Amino acid sequence: CHGLEQGTGVERRGEGVELEEAEGCKSKEAEIKRINKELANIRSKFKGDKALDGYSKKKYVCKLLFIFLLGHDIDFGHMEAVNLLSSNKYTEKQIGYLFISVLVNSNSELIRLINNAIKNDLASRNPTFMCLALHCIANVGSREMAEAFASEIPRILVAGDTMDSVKQSAALCLLRLYKTSPDLVPMGEWTSRVVHLLNDQHMGVVTAAVSLITCLCKKNPDDFKTCVSLAVSRLSRIVSSASTDLQDYTYYFVPAPWLSVKLLRLLQCYPPPEDAAVKGRLVECLETILNKAQEPPKSKKVQHSNAKNAILFEAISLIIHYDRWVTPPSGAPPALLLLLPPPPPSAPPVLKVAILAEKYAVDYSWYVDTILNLIRIAGDYVSEEVWYRVIQIVINRDDVQGYAAKTVFEALQAPACHENMVKVGGYILGEFGNLIAGDPRSSPLVQFNLLHSKFHLCSVATRALLLSTYIKFINLFPETKGTIQEVLRSDSQIRNADVELQQRAVEYLKLSSIASTDVLATVLEEMPPFPERESSILAKLKKKKGPGAGSELDDGKKDPNAEMNGGVEPTASTASTPSPSADLLGLRAAPSASSGAPPSSGNLLVDVFSDSPSGTAGLAPGTEENFLRFVCKNNGVLFENQLLQIGVKSEFRQNLGELRVGIARGWGESSCPIHRGDGPGELNVQTKAVEPLVEGGAQVQQVLNIECLNDFTEAPLLNIKFRYGGTLQNITLKLPVTVNKFFQATEMQSQDFFQRWKQLSLPQQEAQKIFKASHPMDSEVTKAKLLGFGSALLEKVDPNPDNYVGAGIIQTKALQVGCLLRLEPNAQAQMYRLTLRTSKESVSKHLCELLSQQF
Amino acid sequence: MINFFLMVNKQGQTRLSRYYEHVEILKRTTLEAEVIKNCLSRSKEQCSFIEYKDFKLVYRQYAALFIVVGIDETENEMAVYELIHNFVEVLDKYFSRVVSDLESMQPASSLEKP
Repeated sequence: CHGLEQGTGVERRGEGVELEEAEGCKSKEAEIKRINKELANIRSKFKGDKALDGYSKKKYVCKLLFIFLLGHDIDFGHMEAVNLLSSNKYTEKQIGYLFISVLVNSNSELIRLINNAIKNDLASRNPTFMCLALHCIANVGSREMAEAFASEIPRILVAGDTMDSVKQSAALCLLRLYKTSPDLVPMGEWTSRVVHLLNDQHMGVVTAAVSLITCLCKKNPDDFKTCVSLAVSRLSRIVSSASTDLQDYTYYFVPAPWLSVKLLRLLQCYPPPEDAAVKGRLVECLETILNKAQEPPKSKKVQHSNAKNAILFEAISLIIHYDRWVTPPSGAPPALLLLLPPPPPSAPPVLKVAILAEKYAVDYSWYVDTILNLIRIAGDYVSEEVWYRVIQIVINRDDVQGYAAKTVFEALQAPACHENMVKVGGYILGEFGNLIAGDPRSSPLVQFNLLHSKFHLCSVATRALLLSTYIKFINLFPETKGTIQEVLRSDSQIRNADVELQQRAVEYLKLSSIASTDVLATVLEEMPPFPERESSILAKLKKKKGPGAGSELDDGKKDPNAEMNGGVEPTASTASTPSPSADLLGLRAAPSASSGAPPSSGNLLVDVFSDSPSGTAGLAPGTEENFLRFVCKNNGVLFENQLLQIGVKSEFRQNLGELRVGIARGWGESSCPIHRGDGPGELNVQTKAVEPLVEGGAQVQQVLNIECLNDFTEAPLLNIKFRYGGTLQNITLKLPVTVNKFFQATEMQSQDFFQRWKQLSLPQQEAQKIFKASHPMDSEVTKAKLLGFGSALLEKVDPNPDNYVGAGIIQTKALQVGCLLRLEPNAQAQMYRLTLRTSKESVSKHLCELLSQQF
Repeated sequence: MINFFLMVNKQGQTRLSRYYEHVEILKRTTLEAEVIKNCLSRSKEQCSFIEYKDFKLVYRQYAALFIVVGIDETENEMAVYELIHNFVEVLDKYFSRVVSDLESMQPASSLEKP
C-alpha cells in the first residue's frame, strides 16, 4: 500500500511500546487480551469529552490500522480517519487516507464525506495532497468514486501546470477507473493530449502514460492511433541512448527496460506504421535491439541479460505480430522479416521466430506461411528442427495439408530456391501432392518435373529425400510410374557413388516393379500423425522418435520386410547446415562420455532397429582411456573389439592437423563401413572419400584434415556405421584431437618466463589442480609426457630443480593463446600440483584438466 | 496486467499480499497455499515461470522468502521477473538488510540462455 512504509516508520516512536508488547505476547489468547485492552482504550479516547488533537487522533487511527493488519476486526474509527483527511498536516492526512483505503466502508454518509475531502485535495494545487487523493481513488476504485471523479482526472492529467508526480498518479488512477467503470470515462479532447505525454521528458510520466494508452486503445484504437509514431521515436531514443543518459532509469546497464517493453507492447496494438519515416525508424530500432542481443554483455550479472532479453523477446513478438499484416496472399516475403540482420550460424533470432510463431499461431496456415518465409529468407540459418516441426504440424493437421501442398508448390516455382525449401516441399508433396493434383497446373507430372528440376542441385541428403518422394508418387499417381522408373533406372541413380542414393534407387525401382498396387499402397501409406507433445521444438533432440524418424525413415519403419530396406539410416543432413553448432539452447556438439544422449543435431542417430543394442548412439566403451592416452602422443590404437581395430596416426603443425584413421577388419562377412566425422564448431573437419567395402582381414584408411578455428574443449566425434551379419553396427569414438595438439613449444629464458607469469596474474587466467599421481613419478617419463603434450621444457627456470616448467602458444585461426605451466611433484606424498596460466580462462581450465589426467 | 503480488515464506505463511482484482478472502488463502506449493516443488534448474490456471506465476526466491507475482498473458514474464528484483532492491535501500545479502541470494538462474 502506498505510504504504508512511511506510516509505520514514522509512527513507531509513538506507540512502539504498546505494540511491541502485543507482538511479544506468548500465546494467541494473551495477544487477543492485550489487543482488546488497547481497543477499549482507543474507543474511550474517541468517545471522550475532550476533543483529541491531531497528533493523538493520528496515533490512535494508526494503531487501529495496525491492529487490523495483525488480523483483528475493527468496527470503529472510520469517522476519526475521515476527520484526519481534512487536516492540513501531511502526516495526519496520510494516515487518514491510509485507513480508509484499507478499511473500506460502504456507509453512504462516510462516502460522501470522503469524496468531499478528496475533491478538496484534488483542487488544492498542492502536489502531495493531490497525489494522496489520487492514490486513494486508485486503490479504492469504487463506482461512487468513479462517478465523482472520472471527469476530473483527465483534466488534471493533461493540464499544463500539473506536476510530474501528479501526472503519473493521475494517469494510473484514470487507468484504474477505466478498468472498473469504463462507461464513466468517455473519450474526449484529452485523448490527443494524453498521447503527447509520450514525449514528456519525465520517464515516469511516459511509463504511466504508456500503460494508460495501451489499455484505452484496445477499445478506442482510432482515438489513440497517433501514439504509434511517438512510441517509435521514444523507443528509438531509449534504445540508442548512451549509458550516461537516462541515469535514473538504467538498470544494470540496460536503459529503461520496462518502458522499452511497454512501448513494444503498445506497438503490438496497431498494424505496422505506414509512414515511411516512422517505419524506417522502427526497423532501425528493432535492428539495434537484435544486434545488441548478439553483442558481448556489458555485465556478467544475470539481471543485465534478463533485462536485455525481456526487450528482445518483446521485439521479436512485435516482428511476428507485423508478419501477419505484411504477408500478402501470394506469399511474397514479408518486408519486416527481411530486416533480420544476417545472423551467425547459431542464430537465436531465427529459432526464436520459429518458436514464437508456433506459440502464437492462431491458425496453422499462417504458421506454415511464416516458416516457409523464414526458409525463403534465412534458409541457411534454419536448422533441421525447424523444418521437421513444420512437417510434423502439417502431418498432424488435416486442415492445413492442402494449403501446405499448394504453398510449397508455389514456393518451389522460384528459380533460386533454398535447399531446405526443396526438402520441405519434396516431403509435403510426397505425402499430400494428391490434394492439389486435380488442378492441371499442379498435376502429378508437373509436380514431379518441378522437383526433379532441382534434383541435381541438391545435396545427397536432399536427393535421398526426393527419391523417397518419387516412390511415393508412383504409389499416388500410377500414371507417373513410367517416367519415374526411367529416372530411377538411369545410371546416375543406380550407379551413384553415394551408397545411400544407390541403394534407394535400386530398391525403390525394384519395389515399384514387383510389388502389387496393394502392397505398394500399404508400404507407402500416408504418414500417420505424430503424437502431440507438450513441448515443441525445444525438446526435440532428447526424443529418439523425433521428426528425423518422420522425414526419412517412414519407409524403413513401415516396411514389413526389414531386410529389403535394411540399413536405411537417416542421412540427416550434415551438408546443408553450415555448422553443427546450429544446435538448440547451446547444447554441446559432442556428448560427454557419461551421457548416452545422441550427438549433435547434424548427426542425429535414430534407432531404426530398436531391439538391436549396438544400434544405440553414445560413445563406445573403453574409449575414454584410449582417448586420454592420445593427449601426449600422436599415434596409437583408438579402439578395438573383436570386429575391428581402429588406429590413428596424426601430425600437427600450427593450427592444422592431419589424422589418418585406419580401420582394420577382423574376420567375418564383408561389411560396408560409412564414416562421418563431426566436431564442435571450433574445428573444421574435412574428410576424404573412402572405399565403401572392407573385405575380411583388410584395412582401410581415412584421412581427416583438421583446421583449428578457435580454442575448444569438446573433441570431435567419429561415427562408424557398418553392416555386419545383417545387422547395423554403430560405433562412436572421440577423435584424439585436443586443443594441446595445436600447442607450439616456445623456448624462453627464466627472466622472460617470470615476467610473463606475473602478467597473467588475474584469478581467471590461472587454473590449478592438486592431485594424486596415478602413474609412477618417473622424471624422464614426466618430461617426455610434457614434451608430447606440446610444451617446451624450460631448464633452469624454476629455483627448485625438481619442478617442471613449460611454455607454448596455442595456435588457432582466430587467436593465439600464450600458455605457461608449472608442475610441482611431491614424491613423498605421491602428489602433484599443476598450475596453468594463459590469457584465456577456458584454455587454462581445459589444459589443466587434460594434463592433470596424464600423471 | 499484474493480478496479484505475494510474499510467502517457505512454511507457507503469507507475509504480504496485494490483489489487483477482486478475489474473495477464502479463495485467497487457497490460492496462496497452492501457489507456494507450486513454487516449492520446483528445482533450481527449472525456470521461474509457471502456468497456473489462467495466470502465469513469476516467482523469485530470496533466502526463505518467495516473491510470487501472478500475471496474465499481456505481461512480459522476463520483465516482471526483473521487476521483482527491482522491488527487492528498493526495499533494501529504504530499510536496509531486507535480505542479508542480496547477491548471494540470487537463485541459480538458467535464464541467461533464453
